[in-house]
Amino acid sequence: MDFLISGTHISPVYLIVVGFIIGICGGFFGVGGSFLAGPALFAVGVPMNFVIGTDLAHIVGKSIVAAKKHRALGNVDIKLGLIMVIGTIAGVETGAQIIQQLKRHANVDLVVAIAFVIVLVSISAFIGWESWQTLKMRRPRRKGKARGNRGIKQDESAIAYVAKRLHRFHLPPMISLPNSGIEQISLWMILTIAYIGGVFSGFLGGGAGYIRMPAMVYLLGVPTHVAVGTDLFEVVISASYGTFTHALKGNVDILIALVMHTGAAIGAQIGATLTQYFQGTRIRLAFVPLPLIGAGLIIYSLLTGHHLK
Amino acid sequence: MAGRAQKAASLGSFLMELVVYAVFVFAYFFLVLHFLGNWVDRIFNQNRTLYAGVALALIVLQGVALEMLTTALLRVIRRKVE
Repeated sequence: MDFLISGTHISPVYLIVVGFIIGICGGFFGVGGSFLAGPALFAVGVPMNFVIGTDLAHIVGKSIVAAKKHRALGNVDIKLGLIMVIGTIAGVETGAQIIQQLKRHANVDLVVAIAFVIVLVSISAFIGWESWQTLKMRRPRRKGKARGNRGIKQDESAIAYVAKRLHRFHLPPMISLPNSGIEQISLWMILTIAYIGGVFSGFLGGGAGYIRMPAMVYLLGVPTHVAVGTDLFEVVISASYGTFTHALKGNVDILIALVMHTGAAIGAQIGATLTQYFQGTRIRLAFVPLPLIGAGLIIYSLLTGHHLK
Repeated sequence: MAGRAQKAASLGSFLMELVVYAVFVFAYFFLVLHFLGNWVDRIFNQNRTLYAGVALALIVLQGVALEMLTTALLRVIRRKVE
């Protein structure tokens, strides 16, 4: 099929299948999936500027579908999402400024690539370790209990004390987030965590859902299901803004995005529904390979010189 | 036993919703391609601001309206079945 806007010829079946896989991952883990969609589009000859803009456009649609589904399941904390958007946008600007500074002094591509690999591998290793510890911690307690008497959304973490300590940090204004089960937390704490996630997003590119979702769970103490839904809600807003600005610059082939979205919309429905059948710890454990795929693609680019994203 | 039956009914309902939704999503794409394909190409070259607005609207519409349509249709079907 010919896509005149980007001047490419791509099989629609390929785009639908790629969209479907990313849709399932997005709905289940609450990530945009740009680290998979970017290389997949670039591999079939889509120019790099169109890769970034078109990817964002398809992420908007997929995230709307998944966020709506999560909202119906009670997994979206709109108040938290809106606060985090403010911190994220400020952080993205800072990250972009760091890139501008690095461009003057260093080989920015190499610095970003190495930083990206370290961050992704660290996240993966940490979540893997924490989820394993949590599962081990639960086993002895289960012996005396009948299976199934715990709610699927009840979340446990081996490092829950970190979030509890952060909740004790009293710097007004203090707010409550009943949908996330947080009685009181400093507004500044949420903004700071969102800001740090935003810096990574601006510095490393992509939506940085792989940082925000774990940060919500481990630092804010948000249950995994709510973190997934709320992250998707935030992605809808930030990716919409990104799509509009990239479209103004002529970087979006909306017809490619619509074809990808036919698969992604269906995948996102399935991914979001699947979260009902898994406990938070299992979702986090399944998340572990995802950042490693991104890290593998970057290492491949560094070794071969082929830029996949 | 009742729990299993409930799960099967819930899965069936989800699959039905998914099939109806998939039909709408594919139909929407072909309608956009058929009726708006050339126009979208033209405004990409002539009016970038309009293109940006239309691009965002098309993807949001696919996400929001089709799901609402699916839910409404399924509600009507269920009411008739009951």
